Amino acid sequence: MSRWRRYRIAFETLLIKEVLRFVRIWIQTVLPAAITTALYFIIFGTLIGGRIGEMDGYPYIDFIVPGLILMAVITNSYSNVVSSFFSAKYQRHVEELLISPVPNWVILAGYVGGGMARGVVVGVAVTLVSLLFTEVRVHSYMLTLVVFVLTSVLFALGGFINAVYANSFDDISIVPTFVLTPLTYLGGVFYSIDMLPTLWQNVSLANPVLYMINAFRFGILGVSDIDPRLAVLVILLFIAGLTAFALSLLSRGVGIKN
Amino acid sequence: MHALKVTGLHKTYRGGHVALRGIDLEVEEGDFFALLGSNGAGKSTAIGIVSSLVTKSGGRVLVFGHDLDREPEEVRRCIGLVPQEFNFNQWEPVEEIVINQAGYYGIPRREARARAERMLRQLELWDRRRTQARELSGGLKRRLMIARALVHEPRLLILDEPTAGVDIEIRRSMWAFLQELNRNGATIILTTHYLEEAESLCRNIAIINHGCIVERSRMSELLNRLHVETFVLNLAARLAAAPNLPGYEARLLDPVTLEVRVNRDQGLNRLFELLTEQDVEVVSLRNKQNRLEQIFIGMIDDAREGARAP
Repeated sequence: MSRWRRYRIAFETLLIKEVLRFVRIWIQTVLPAAITTALYFIIFGTLIGGRIGEMDGYPYIDFIVPGLILMAVITNSYSNVVSSFFSAKYQRHVEELLISPVPNWVILAGYVGGGMARGVVVGVAVTLVSLLFTEVRVHSYMLTLVVFVLTSVLFALGGFINAVYANSFDDISIVPTFVLTPLTYLGGVFYSIDMLPTLWQNVSLANPVLYMINAFRFGILGVSDIDPRLAVLVILLFIAGLTAFALSLLSRGVGIKN
Repeated sequence: MHALKVTGLHKTYRGGHVALRGIDLEVEEGDFFALLGSNGAGKSTAIGIVSSLVTKSGGRVLVFGHDLDREPEEVRRCIGLVPQEFNFNQWEPVEEIVINQAGYYGIPRREARARAERMLRQLELWDRRRTQARELSGGLKRRLMIARALVHEPRLLILDEPTAGVDIEIRRSMWAFLQELNRNGATIILTTHYLEEAESLCRNIAIINHGCIVERSRMSELLNRLHVETFVLNLAARLAAAPNLPGYEARLLDPVTLEVRVNRDQGLNRLFELLTEQDVEVVSLRNKQNRLEQIFIGMIDDAREGARAP
């Protein structure tokens, strides 16, 4: 059997294991995002949004749809990998992988694939929920899909790196609480950065989530604060950087080997 | 061919603790090999390095001729590891744990299922295949770890205290299983604190102490070095005092139990003659201490005294 076939089987095994893990507990992993988004639509879209009027030429509820979908993708792809890999470290079953002939990049791809799968499943669930409140018309299917997938990959990588460094369950909630949530909320989910003073517009440009949300919004609505090509480039650069960093952590055995 | 050849293996943990001080070790293909040592001696570190769980500080590891530094994947394909502590996902069903492990070794899922069934049946876990691992008893968890380690049919099986905390019945059945495996060609390295286990299973032995190999020989040669054995004799009738046994050191543990120290050159025939002359009837006898245990304790004590010497 060729080496590549063995790698493919190992990757599939890890991916199936990761997907089954979150599917088995779908009430904890998929349902909450759908309920939370429904609440956002009721409160910010229907109740408050009606008084806000239009933003960037679209009714407020339509404006926030892309951001809410992507917010669910971001949090779920991140939390899937961080909890799964930290749990593997904590229960020591990561050793099953470390003793087997699976290269580090396959381990990383398997976990990121699992995070991506949860991001996509939750993203689709949230999209279906949004259809109950508004009509979603897609401006560019290709761009929407690309940003959707790349964002889930990027945050799955982030979750993996967080899990490598985490030594306790507290450590896996610090980044989502103090970094991820502020970046997402300040990344233009609920507003256009055109509404901000120039200084804060410039500060916002340092937030990578802003690029993702705007590129995704362009894919769906056709409007964006950022050039979508620049946004995709930024996402790809982040993915490349985090992949290299995650692989170096694995090869040095940081957090997983003595 | 050597199943395992370790040269100058050295490990210093972060913080400065030196666990291995340049050990050399060779295990022949097909051997049943015991690696013994007290807690903290360096056994688990050595096993951790060979199985890729611990990064070495220096030295060389060859497994069936494959260099761990240059061909890590080939080395890992050759090894099956049963670690000291349970390290499977406690929430996963038994069968999935074994199938997934096979998948990591590149075994297609259909074949992995067939192999998992075979292993689980052999280890009497098939009826519990859909049970979450956390619900198994300690003994069954140990068997699950063996099934998982064997699913890719490794040439070298490393068992780090596989029978710790397991009742005697399961321990005996695991011994039989491992012996059968060894007869079928697998090389086995065993660490254990049950020295009778090592004595009855293993053909060759190494003893590690403070990160150094202090003994490496055939089990039979090592046991032959025992000069004095202590026997416990159960008597048919009660005695008020220990019988007079010239040349033997004897003491009465209780009215029907006699303890006698016997030098290797004395033998037991003369002892029984003396006892018969004094109308002492022996019902049964046993070694007070496992022979290997006696040697092991002696070596560790010698090493301690050597360390204390100026």
